Amino acid sequence: MSDISITVRPPVGMITLRGDMTALGKATKKVAACALPPMRMSTASDTGRLMWMSPDELMLVCDHSDADRLVADMTQVLGTAFTTVINVSDARQIFDIKGIDTENLLSKLMPVNFDTFAETEVRRTRMAQIPAAIWREGDRWRVMCFRSVALYAEDVLRNAMPVGA
Amino acid sequence: MSRRLRTGGRLIDRSKPIEFTFDGRILRGYIGDTLASALLADGQIVMGRSFKYHRPRSVVGSGPEEPNALMQIGEGAHFEPNQRATMQPLYDGLVAHSQNAWPSLAFDVGRINDFGSRFLPAGFYYKTFIHPRAFWKHVFEPVIRRAAGLGAAPTEADGDRYEHQYAFCDTLIVGGGIAGLTAALGSAKTGERVILVEQGATWGGRAVVDGATIDGKTAADWVKNAIEELEKKDNVTMINRCEGSGVYDHGYVLCTENLTGHLAAKTGPRERLWRIRVGRVITATGAIERPLSFAGNDVPGVMLASALRDYVVNHGVSMGERTVVVTNNDDAYRTAKVLIEAGLRVPAIIDTRQAVDSTMVKEIKALGVSVHTGRAIAKVHGNAKVTAVSICLQSGDGTVLQEIRCDAVAMSGGWSPVVHLWSHCGGKLWWDEERAMFRPDPDQPPRGADGKGFVITAGMASGALTTAEVLDDAAEAAGIDAPPCESSPEAPILPVWMMPEGADHALRSKMWLDYQNDVKVSDVRLAAQEGFESVEHAKRYTTLGMATDQGKLSNINGLAILAERLDATIPQVGTTTFRPPYTPTTIGTLAGEARGAIFQPLRRTPIHDWNEAHGAFWEPVGQWRRAYCFPQGSETHAEAVSREVKNTRQSLGMLDASTLGKLIVRGPDAGRLMDMLYTNMMSTLKPGRCRYGLMCDENGFLIDDGVVARIDDQTWLCHTTTGGADRIHGWIEDWLQCEWWDWKVHVVNVTEQFAQIAVVGPNARKVLEKLGGMDVSAEALPFMAWTDGRLGDFAVRVFRISFSGELSYEIAVPASQGLALWTALMEAGAEFGATPYGTEALHIMRAEKGFIMIGDETDGTVIPQDLGLDWAISKKKDDYLGKRGQARSEFQKPDRWKLVGLETLDGSALEDGAYAVGEGVNDNGQAIVQGRVTSTYMSPTLDRGIAMGLVERGPDRMGEVIRFTRIGQSPVEARIVDPVFFDREGEKSNV
Amino acid sequence: MLLLTCPNCGLSVEETELAPGGQAHLKRFGPESTDEQFEEYMFLRDNAKGVHFERWRHAYGCGKWFFAARDTSSLQVYGTYCAQTTEPPADILALIAKGRSA
Ligand SMILES: [Zn+2]
Repeated sequence: MSDISITVRPPVGMITLRGDMTALGKATKKVAACALPPMRMSTASDTGRLMWMSPDELMLVCDHSDADRLVADMTQVLGTAFTTVINVSDARQIFDIKGIDTENLLSKLMPVNFDTFAETEVRRTRMAQIPAAIWREGDRWRVMCFRSVALYAEDVLRNAMPVGA
Repeated sequence: MSRRLRTGGRLIDRSKPIEFTFDGRILRGYIGDTLASALLADGQIVMGRSFKYHRPRSVVGSGPEEPNALMQIGEGAHFEPNQRATMQPLYDGLVAHSQNAWPSLAFDVGRINDFGSRFLPAGFYYKTFIHPRAFWKHVFEPVIRRAAGLGAAPTEADGDRYEHQYAFCDTLIVGGGIAGLTAALGSAKTGERVILVEQGATWGGRAVVDGATIDGKTAADWVKNAIEELEKKDNVTMINRCEGSGVYDHGYVLCTENLTGHLAAKTGPRERLWRIRVGRVITATGAIERPLSFAGNDVPGVMLASALRDYVVNHGVSMGERTVVVTNNDDAYRTAKVLIEAGLRVPAIIDTRQAVDSTMVKEIKALGVSVHTGRAIAKVHGNAKVTAVSICLQSGDGTVLQEIRCDAVAMSGGWSPVVHLWSHCGGKLWWDEERAMFRPDPDQPPRGADGKGFVITAGMASGALTTAEVLDDAAEAAGIDAPPCESSPEAPILPVWMMPEGADHALRSKMWLDYQNDVKVSDVRLAAQEGFESVEHAKRYTTLGMATDQGKLSNINGLAILAERLDATIPQVGTTTFRPPYTPTTIGTLAGEARGAIFQPLRRTPIHDWNEAHGAFWEPVGQWRRAYCFPQGSETHAEAVSREVKNTRQSLGMLDASTLGKLIVRGPDAGRLMDMLYTNMMSTLKPGRCRYGLMCDENGFLIDDGVVARIDDQTWLCHTTTGGADRIHGWIEDWLQCEWWDWKVHVVNVTEQFAQIAVVGPNARKVLEKLGGMDVSAEALPFMAWTDGRLGDFAVRVFRISFSGELSYEIAVPASQGLALWTALMEAGAEFGATPYGTEALHIMRAEKGFIMIGDETDGTVIPQDLGLDWAISKKKDDYLGKRGQARSEFQKPDRWKLVGLETLDGSALEDGAYAVGEGVNDNGQAIVQGRVTSTYMSPTLDRGIAMGLVERGPDRMGEVIRFTRIGQSPVEARIVDPVFFDREGEKSNV
Repeated sequence: MLLLTCPNCGLSVEETELAPGGQAHLKRFGPESTDEQFEEYMFLRDNAKGVHFERWRHAYGCGKWFFAARDTSSLQVYGTYCAQTTEPPADILALIAKGRSA
């Protein structure tokens, strides 16, 4: 048996935030208790994990049932500022990868240097032939991809499992 | 007769005998053998047949350079041709077959080519088979193909798995000999990340075979210590059975690791492709011994001197009992020593040099071996095995002085550094006259992204020859002091490119340069004589170096012959280009995991599984899978499509439209952006309303279309075509980031967030009313309006839009609710005979209405004006993407092909893509063409063929009958009509 | 395979994570332009042997466009910079003049 487990996470909330990072950071701090993460990093709170996606984009991963309320609250806090907050909870699928030497499994599929991977980093990259994002969550890895290719993602992850899995 | 010696063989385990089969015969060998050593041990000297003349060939080398001993390994789905027996580890149950021999290895009909070899010189095929043309295809090619060829192509799909692995390191060292190990020890000290790869199963390289002394220890002990030390280091990864295959731009290196090639029980991936990004590469790839060019140098039993001693030392196997050594340098004397120590006889050493008195030579002479200096081999006797050699003066014409009986010949023409990895990415070479070798020029290395060199060579790969030189060079590459080592000086090499110097044509035409492709000294000379003076031309004319071994043995000898014939120096002639991979790589390894079900990503909608369960016949649309139709029982696809169309037009159909692209465009400048992206005015669209829009590229060509909904003051929702979402999203981001970066607009691609379901047909409204929760009446939700609300248990957004001409609602719901909503709608619609329909019914219904389809009516050369879409192009706007392009004179010409409807006179459907033929012919004698069919269907609604097409001045020719081509039949007549075939007034959708 | 640093997210990424976008710093000519101007904008490219300013999108990452100054022959990369500019920045030009990478 392999020492690695791959599980499909039940639906989680995902919110895309676009706009000026300082303004967004204030809103996330207030509504979700997550401070603005530095470039490529993430911050976490009881509400969820706030991830830096691009110079004008954040993503908040939270409980699925909280997403609509958080969108409404942040939209209200942001007011008339030029920002966009959208609930995209159903657009993506997240996998949980746990076990021994999981970096080795992931490095079969993505051109990522795990030696230089920071503790709170969120790496957007290519997994085999699809876009994906990965980050650490405690002792495990999270892999996120688009919903329509979730089955492909699961298949390539399982295919990369060590012999005997 | 080759055989296993009673003792010796440092790599084999005599306590572990194993069985394998060769051409159906069961043979025995030991763990630690290669297939080549095990075959020699069994006396199986002939291992293959050459490509062109089918001459019997034995193994000539002991490593990856082997040109002759190519085998077919494995069976069925695990069959692989053209495997080098020298690199194939023996395992219990291995199945090997010889190749390129018919009917058998011992008796090969193709050998007749050899007896007629004067009829098959270089360029023979080019010259002979040109005329008559028809003969090539029907006579020459089939015969040649049957006679030629290497291993058989596998007949089954590859049953093995492969994988890729990405890796990063500061220093990658290729080669696990003493140079590579020294470089690794040095690099590891600095704490940097080091990867060391070795193509073979064992470490230490030649030094262990040749018995050098390093740091007061035997080479074997020194290597053992080095391995132990490196294994302790966290920052060092060591991988054996892993070849450095190619060096590429910006420090990218591919290595190929063989995972199961040596195992009887094979589980897991067969090979792993390492995709390594490096700071620098140290290539400690060693050197390859060169053959000598003498008549009969391909007779089985003639072997590289180093390979001969490899087999004795590593596997306890000898090629023969009496071995004549022929050389132009000191190194081959080591072979003589090894043979004598193993109790075998060396009747003569033939040395082309006049006087040699180095330590090595003296030592061998002292053993009583007779050394013939200034001599050469005039001819090798024997057919399927060496029986004797004739000796002559190297400086003469081949007049035989003496004949020596022997059953093996060990030849050494000097050493060529393995510079492949150095050269792959542009590293330059220089010709060392003294050592007669091309060496890497450290001042002209391959350069990386920062403009600095990123490849360093170490050891023999740099051109070092003695153990001391090798260690010094490798230590310098790694920035450490070399371990102490003393090597006694060797006498210099005497470059010899042909043996003897004055050999005539008869001798030259029996001197093989490229064993695998049967290229001889005479062929290269002929190429030069016929004007193929560039080394690249001579290579292609003669096929020198073009076999699967890529000339590892033959290239230097070949270009030296060319240089001599052209009266040029070797560096003037230069080498051919070294291209990766170093040895052939299986396609499966390059494909990695991308095979079978995961060959490419399949995109599935939230309703995919329902479609599958209800018999969807799938159609690929980009990476999406969409249902083409849902055949029931014994229905044909055409019958299913017809039923789906009729049912939808008469009552109710439902379409999974989730694949449509959905882009949110939002911000204070969103209206301004929308007006640039679309040809019509989108900024004036009222919130709550929808509008059909066209997107063009800057050439003016139509690239996408779809319905736009105004959500609120600052927000628009753009629907794109199924294949278009990512492309159009990228296109918009390009304009926003690179041209109008001061515009305040956000674009968010929400395609994946929503499922979208089209409820279509006269009973559509009743279904929504049954679910309840929102007013979907014509008054509350008129045609081309949208609204948010609830339908039953679902929070939805309903668009009242139609691509079919029917009363139609498109309902968007978060993807996780998609299947539940679809099921609820199907249940509610059951009383109206709700029918799922697929893409073909969708296409037919849109064609009946004369709606265009991107990719059918457009092909990248069509502007909206060609399609009669002028109504969707704003005349008021100063600018939009494509406006300037559309203003070009070409697009104003009155004879442009424009969109029309087409109806055949006999009611049949036109052929897809059929051309409208005019009167007469053009300057090339081809029929005049005046249009083509872009969409054609058998309309179930109208019960006749309908089509759309682009026809020259089409809209001005309404009612005219023109002819369209049919494959294999005479043209068919069709009338030019309005492209809207059904419900021209739009009464059905606007109710 | 090229390795370029995306200035928008700071990652050094391989070519497979990027999408190419052709020559940078083209000036758009719209409806009022002459045929010559439009031809230049649409079709005429430098095709330099030497330093080339080119567009790349970090397609499998942050999704943002950036520009690179790269020698088309030696493949040396002098630097990458954000796309929101109409001309190469002075510091990149200085590096090119010195033949040094950033
Ligand atoms: Zn980036």
